[in-house]
Amino acid sequence: MHALKQPVAEAEPAAAPPSVVPHPAAVRPVPVAKAAEPAAARQWRNAQLRGRLKSALLWLISLSALFAVWYFGTKYRVDFYIRFTNIPAPADVFDKLLEVNRSEKFITNVGISVRRILSGFGIATLIAVPLGLLIGRYRTARDLLMPIAEVLRPIPAIAWVPMSIMLWPTNEVSIVYITFLGSFFPILLNTVHGVTGFDPVLIRAARCLGAGEGRLFWNVILPGALPHIFTGLAVGMGVAWVSLIAAEMISGQFGVGYFTWEAYSLVNYAEIALGMITIGVLGLACSGAIQMIGSTLMPWSTYAAAGRKEP
Amino acid sequence: MSTKTNEPGRGAIDINDMGVVFNARGTMVEAVSSVDLKVRPGEFVSLIGPSGCGKSTLLNIVAGFVEPTSGSVLVDGKTIRGPSSDRGVVFQQYSLFPWLSVRKNVEFGLKMKGVAASQRETQARTLLGLAGLLAFENHYPDQLSGGMKQRVGIVRALATSPQVLLMDEPFGALDAQTRTVMQEILTNMWQQFRISVLFVTHDIEESIFLSDRIYVMTARPGRIKAEITVPLPRPRTPEMTYTPEFIALVQQLKGLIREESLAAMGSELKEGGLSGFGVEVGPKGVGEMV
Ligand SMILES: Nc1ncnc2c1ncn2[C@@H]1O[C@H](COP(=O)(O)OP(=O)(O)O)[C@@H](O)[C@H]1O
Ligand SMILES: [Mg+2]
Repeated sequence: MHALKQPVAEAEPAAAPPSVVPHPAAVRPVPVAKAAEPAAARQWRNAQLRGRLKSALLWLISLSALFAVWYFGTKYRVDFYIRFTNIPAPADVFDKLLEVNRSEKFITNVGISVRRILSGFGIATLIAVPLGLLIGRYRTARDLLMPIAEVLRPIPAIAWVPMSIMLWPTNEVSIVYITFLGSFFPILLNTVHGVTGFDPVLIRAARCLGAGEGRLFWNVILPGALPHIFTGLAVGMGVAWVSLIAAEMISGQFGVGYFTWEAYSLVNYAEIALGMITIGVLGLACSGAIQMIGSTLMPWSTYAAAGRKEP
Repeated sequence: MSTKTNEPGRGAIDINDMGVVFNARGTMVEAVSSVDLKVRPGEFVSLIGPSGCGKSTLLNIVAGFVEPTSGSVLVDGKTIRGPSSDRGVVFQQYSLFPWLSVRKNVEFGLKMKGVAASQRETQARTLLGLAGLLAFENHYPDQLSGGMKQRVGIVRALATSPQVLLMDEPFGALDAQTRTVMQEILTNMWQQFRISVLFVTHDIEESIFLSDRIYVMTARPGRIKAEITVPLPRPRTPEMTYTPEFIALVQQLKGLIREESLAAMGSELKEGGLSGFGVEVGPKGVGEMV
């Protein structure tokens, strides 16, 4: 048996050919300066830190600008086509936040909305992901199921509100159904896309490594489609909130959407703003959660090439 | 270790009077025609020919991705029925699973075989060590250079201890220096594993450096035009590429391929057509373009 004469270079193979008898006039290896290593590391760390500080500063500037428009707009009661005259000031909204937290009503509304989102979005995920994988992989599933999807997809979830109220036994279920519908199609279509856009060479590679259809599905197609599935989940979550709030405003009892609409009916300006902000914060938290789950499940995605411009 | 050696006498490829006709949107395309090709156990055989002559098709048939229209293809006396981990494949495109670490990629075939996790890990680490990749076992493919990716691809294909390794222009996307190093790594691993290799390339020097025998294919429909035995001793060293025997072989193969490339590229590349582009066509001119 002919063993390797020396271990292959750890770094880029081109740098140090293994098991080659060095040519007499071989290039002398340049000694790597040991001291250069920590300096480079420090430099890199400093550059990272500077980059992060700069990002934080820009974030702060942009958010302060938005807040300033609100603050000064309401303070000086600006009335220049846009009317700030009836808009509550930041301090009023903050006071309202403290006030509503003294009773159960507000927090119950928030809880109900979150529960509706989690059920609607959760059911949509559980159905749309497996369905999307099947539709993407199998012609029969595609021909059987895609016509239904294509016919129903152009109908916005909100347009379902009246029908949904008639269709389902309780108001609660019909609102969850609207939320489900809103998130279902983005998740389904992105999952299908994740499978159909799959690099066929990976499937071939898996097959000649002994993967049968079942294992191929589980070990290759699912993880391979995961980035697209998560795109679908992120989009779906956004649409789920849009649909939920609309449904709550139209047909609801309870929920943040209902809270906001009720505040409008009662001409309670501070509560309108508080409702809006709450909806925004909840939506942000939900997409943040999806992003976090995504990067935990897909640690490799950090290394994939992205369109971000190098600093 | 069981992954390192095969029983002698395994890994024979036997292709008899094989033809492939594709139905491309209603028109029949004869890709490969009456091919006879043999790879003996433990032999390194290359397949070269102009682009589009059916090299990949032939390899895909042995891999089990494509079925031949006529003739027979046997591996160790058995007809091929679909892909199997008995026949390892290395593709030209990078084909590592991006969601798996380097080690998990190498373990994939073993996992499909139902090998226990701890045993998988030991075997994968041994193989990665042989290829000098152990330091990268926990990296993801997207963190590796092209040369490293292909090395992992080779290691992954070898992990299930196949009898045959099929390689379709595996170094085609690499730069010249990396490619030379990869060729040496491949010969080293091939000698350790004593496995049969069918290697597709369009690089003449590469085919001579690596192979025991070389089959030259004609333009489409691909037939075997010539079979050349490489007389160079083993182990091969980069210095051998400067010997008169090596250079003579290069000349001979260039001549053979030049004729086929001209046929493949059709009339627009006849001498007159080329001079229209200001291209000087010497005796070896077009062969170099393959
Ligand atoms: N699936 C297919 N359907 C139709 N034609 C094909 C198919 N695969 C290959 N061909 C044709 O067969 C010929 C040989 O292709 P290929 O084996 O890829 O050549 P090579 O690898 O030598 O460049 C080409 O003309 C190609 O267009
Ligand atoms: Mg090819």
